[in-house]
Amino acid sequence: MLIAVILALAVGTYAFRLAGVVLRDRLDLPERLRTLLPVSAAVLLAALAATAALTEAGRFAGVARPAGVLVGAVLAWRRAPFVVVVLAAAGTAAVLRLLGVE
Amino acid sequence: MAAVGASFGAIAIASGLPVWAVVAMSSVLYAGGAQFMAVGLIAAGSPFAAIFAGLLINARHLPFGLALGDTLGARWRDKLLGSHFMTDEATAFALAQPEGAARRRAFWLAGIVLFLAWNAGTLLGVLLGGTAGDPAVLGLDAAFPAGLLALLMPALRDPRTRTVAAAGAAIAVLATPVLPAGLPVLLALGGLAVLLVPRRRKEQPC
Repeated sequence: MLIAVILALAVGTYAFRLAGVVLRDRLDLPERLRTLLPVSAAVLLAALAATAALTEAGRFAGVARPAGVLVGAVLAWRRAPFVVVVLAAAGTAAVLRLLGVE
Repeated sequence: MAAVGASFGAIAIASGLPVWAVVAMSSVLYAGGAQFMAVGLIAAGSPFAAIFAGLLINARHLPFGLALGDTLGARWRDKLLGSHFMTDEATAFALAQPEGAARRRAFWLAGIVLFLAWNAGTLLGVLLGGTAGDPAVLGLDAAFPAGLLALLMPALRDPRTRTVAAAGAAIAVLATPVLPAGLPVLLALGGLAVLLVPRRRKEQPC
């Protein structure tokens, strides 16, 4: 199952990549669609981030995880390096749990 | 890029994926956003949503290819191989150069360096993730969404995209308790409806 998911994603993604290069002169993508595609990608990933930050198995994920993500989000907004964002988020959640805050 | 790959590797291992799957994703799929989406949705037990969402995310490569065109090279060999190295970053780096030989060099340089960095980073993350203890104690569950947000930040600086993303995220979170895993994320596309609300027209590329 896992290998089928990875292959489907890999083949489909490669097809999108190659199609643009090959069809260059023969495909005129409407301007509206051109702007819509990156926005759709952003909204899907933002939804994944939000559900992963706030929920666990369909329920509220507690305090430690959202707090860690919030710290990471603020750092990312202030243009902190990626490693700093990730480590600060994990560190915040870990320290809160160490203090007994779930 | 290597750092993002490393956190992908560590998070994917922590979420329970086998090593071969993590390495395969970074080498044959090679698309950060879709890889994170796949890890999140496979862990949640919804493989079909993982495929659907991942391909929707990667549909944005189509216009990249249209913009790059012959930059990859005139020969089929170059097009077939170069297409695999196409990412947001490599495309942006190439398009910043004047058309012609300089742009071609920029694309291949960025494409190959980023591919190697991403995969080396993934391997490092896999190794680190494998030796780490309980993911919850280490706070790795908080690292995943935070890393995603950091990846998304360039797109979120565009106010229009930010509004749509916020609306979509709210829909997904509210739908999570009532819908099976995977669907809430797809439902977030409803956030695009925000774009139908007429406002001052100022299209911004992102």
